[in-house]
Amino acid sequence: MDILSALPELTVLCMAMLILIVDLFIKPQNRFVIYGLAQFTLFAAAVFTFQSHTPAVSYMFSNMFVDDTLADVLKLMTYLGTSIMLVYTRQYMQLRNMFRGEYYAMVLFSMLGMMIMISGQNMLTIYMGLELLSLCLYSLVAFDRDNPRASEAAMKYFVLGALASGMLLYGMSMIYGMTGSLNITEIANAISDLNPHNPVLIMGLVFVVAGLAFKFGAVPFQMWVPDVYQGSPTSITMLIGSVPKFAAFAITIRLLAQGLYPLAADWQDMLLIMALLSITIGNLSAIAQTNLKRMLAYSTISHIGFLLFGLMSANLNGFASSMFYISAYVLMTLAGFGMILLLSRQGFEADKLEDLKGLNQRSPWAAFMMMITMFTMAGIPPTVGFYAKFTVLQAAWQAGFTWPVVVAVLLAVIGAFYYLRIVKLMYFDEPTDHNAIQAPVDMQFVLSVNCLALLLIGLLPQVLMNICGLSIVTSLQ
Amino acid sequence: MTVFNQHLLSFAIWLPMLAGVIVLMFGSDQAANRTRWVALVGSIVSFLVTIPLYTRFQLDVGTFQFQELATWIPAFNIHYHLGVDGFSVPLILLTSFTTVLVVVAAWEVITKSIAQYMAAFLIMSGLMIGVFSALDGILYYVFWEAMLIPMFLVIGIWGGPNRVYATVKFFLYTLLGSLLMLVAFIYLYHQTGSFALTDYYDLPIAMNAQIWIFIAFFMAFAVKIPMWPVHTWLPDAHVEAPTGGSIVLAAIALKLGGYSFLRFAMPIAPDAAHYFSNVMITLSLIAVVYIAFVALVQKDMKKLIAYSSISHMGFVTLGFFMFSQLGLEGAVVQMISHGFISSAMFLCVGVLYDRMHSRQIADYGGVVNTMPMFAAFAVLFAMANSGLPGTSGFVGEFMVILAAVKFNFWVAFLAATTLIFGAAYTLWMTKRVFYGEVANAHVAELKDINAREFSMLAVLAILVIGFGVYPEPITALLQATSAEFLTHMQTSKLPIISNVPAVGI
Repeated sequence: MDILSALPELTVLCMAMLILIVDLFIKPQNRFVIYGLAQFTLFAAAVFTFQSHTPAVSYMFSNMFVDDTLADVLKLMTYLGTSIMLVYTRQYMQLRNMFRGEYYAMVLFSMLGMMIMISGQNMLTIYMGLELLSLCLYSLVAFDRDNPRASEAAMKYFVLGALASGMLLYGMSMIYGMTGSLNITEIANAISDLNPHNPVLIMGLVFVVAGLAFKFGAVPFQMWVPDVYQGSPTSITMLIGSVPKFAAFAITIRLLAQGLYPLAADWQDMLLIMALLSITIGNLSAIAQTNLKRMLAYSTISHIGFLLFGLMSANLNGFASSMFYISAYVLMTLAGFGMILLLSRQGFEADKLEDLKGLNQRSPWAAFMMMITMFTMAGIPPTVGFYAKFTVLQAAWQAGFTWPVVVAVLLAVIGAFYYLRIVKLMYFDEPTDHNAIQAPVDMQFVLSVNCLALLLIGLLPQVLMNICGLSIVTSLQ
Repeated sequence: MTVFNQHLLSFAIWLPMLAGVIVLMFGSDQAANRTRWVALVGSIVSFLVTIPLYTRFQLDVGTFQFQELATWIPAFNIHYHLGVDGFSVPLILLTSFTTVLVVVAAWEVITKSIAQYMAAFLIMSGLMIGVFSALDGILYYVFWEAMLIPMFLVIGIWGGPNRVYATVKFFLYTLLGSLLMLVAFIYLYHQTGSFALTDYYDLPIAMNAQIWIFIAFFMAFAVKIPMWPVHTWLPDAHVEAPTGGSIVLAAIALKLGGYSFLRFAMPIAPDAAHYFSNVMITLSLIAVVYIAFVALVQKDMKKLIAYSSISHMGFVTLGFFMFSQLGLEGAVVQMISHGFISSAMFLCVGVLYDRMHSRQIADYGGVVNTMPMFAAFAVLFAMANSGLPGTSGFVGEFMVILAAVKFNFWVAFLAATTLIFGAAYTLWMTKRVFYGEVANAHVAELKDINAREFSMLAVLAILVIGFGVYPEPITALLQATSAEFLTHMQTSKLPIISNVPAVGI
């Protein structure tokens, strides 16, 4: 039964609609029911995904939809990430009068888009999933509708996002024109028979890569990232910065590593240029920032550069290492934004660097958690960030990118500087803000587990490495 | 007990870290005394645990002992592989001993965030022992880099006025070098398929690659030792660090670099080591002579000792790159001896700073009149620092100079000038600080050292004189290992197909 293999997607869809309806009949003080429903949806989807898992690769709905280990693992990670995000953002949304049913419905719809992207085996499916995700994100950015900054960010995001979707679609249509198919596997077979220097095909590839780069936020398609990160409500920034990267990774694997793999020599060069530019510009611009969210935006750009190092290796080792990188990245991003949410309170956004001053004296535990997160982002052992960088760099080295690896390593030192500055603010400076940290117990607990996980996975990275390696190997054979 | 016997090194590494975590959990500024006692007990137990490494060490074995091997990250063939030889055992003991010293030195001095201070040093001690005993590239790298984090915090939180600049400079300098070392490890991994050090020792490497590997390692280790011209982070870090931080930096952190040359750079790329030996000797001599002059003009006592450290570490690298057993052993003895003497010197400055809150030589004068007992110790350590026979400072320097005489007269001549310059800058500082008339009212009010300070300085004095008179306990450890090392260094690792003979052999 085809329909059953899409059970997690159907669950999320039905529950999102149910939440919209329930929200109409519920009193505002009982909204926590909606929150519970959303968390329950994620849990149910996880159970269904886990149960339906088989090591074999199966195609459904006329080969438009794929169910392989990669898809299942990425979906499970997406549920986990979304669930963590919902825990972190609950109080923040309550305090800002945004704790409404639409928020949870939108988050679930956007997650549905990610799930469709992750399982897309056809360019049309991929595009549909991508648009569903993007449209939800555009409106979520403007969720705080009276805030002009958020509206501006949403507008910017929408215009540039639509442009990127157009480019992606344009590239897809060229590839369709040359190969006569929208199916990933058939495209790969058709390209093998074609002249690899076919100009239309290469043009199509360029547009597809540009579209993907926009979704990742890689230089030179990074313009939207800082403004959207800064302008959105922090909870939405957290969403944009974290789980959708799994979906973006998935469609990159589907499109480049499966569909357009015969053109690897061409996209490797493109990714190399984008990777080096992303790391350089991301790290250099981050130094000049005074807004924490904006700094994390530039930090994201440089992380994407490192991710591309894994992808451009164009072998299983490289794909597995970039999957490890993206998992580590999402975990550290959740921790970083979780920290901003933890320090925020009614009428106060802890999104400036100086808001972190003297945190060690206000709350040693929170400072320690943030310090782990910062050293993870900087890639200092024994945190998971080190292995993330290590795996992608060794993959790139193996693929023969000797000098790019050396350059990336040197640029990582520049990166360390602005993460160290956060640690400096927290530990070496005197606090200017003496308010106690107010956050729900569940959030404090999950955030602590999240940050400690950065350290623990760093000490024992084997499990996550195996999961990533296995997903890639069984799905890309 | 068998668990303990089979995992001596693991205990040596993880016990201080566990103690650090316990201090963090149960210590606070409100319960300051409890925090101090927990830290002291933790550090003493951690020290006692390392003693069997010495007593059970088999002196006639030149290869690794007390080995522990467990799979860690099979995806990359990374192992939790520990083992020590004659080079690492004395350094491990030095580390665990110094940690006790640091805890005692901080007793009444550190009043802000005591638990974090003590925990940082205990955790750092475990990490540094890890560096000295790791036999797997990534395991080593993790310990090496992780050590930066507590040191960064120690200088930044408890340091002097310019602490932020100093600690960021320290961190970034070291990180830059280390990351290049990581690239070298990635290269070696793709050559051998593992991160095992022993695999790297047996791997034939072409000259071109050896040179690059050596340079990558050199960048990491030369910064750490530090060698001229990448030494500039050290005076800043030393001056701004609290006394404990200075002690650990000088006594142990610098030795991490020296030790790593012996463990990684030289045996993995022996032909490149020979190729670069003249460069290394030149850089060492510059450090010995030029930095000694720089030390002469310092106005800040801590800065003077920092430059003196660089100058003394020049002896260490000089001893390494002459490839003779005497030079090598002299260099290791010098590392140990410098660990004691520099600790003692920084403690002395700490004692003065706690009373006067100044490190400027000009603020002192005639301290001997008000602190006679302290002055006696300080003069002894100053003598040891300038290499007076009968102190441990003499042994290492003398061995290296003897080796240099055999190697090249002019090298020996330049190296021997340190006996003059070293004496000049140390004794001149001693004269200005301790002798003469009482300089001002503050000095007149100074109180002599208390029992805690006395005991620390007395233990160090016993060690400095003891090893100066009878260095056998250290040199006995080194003989088999250094012989093994030199045999390895004299075997070219160039691939057989190459007809080029190994340079310098």
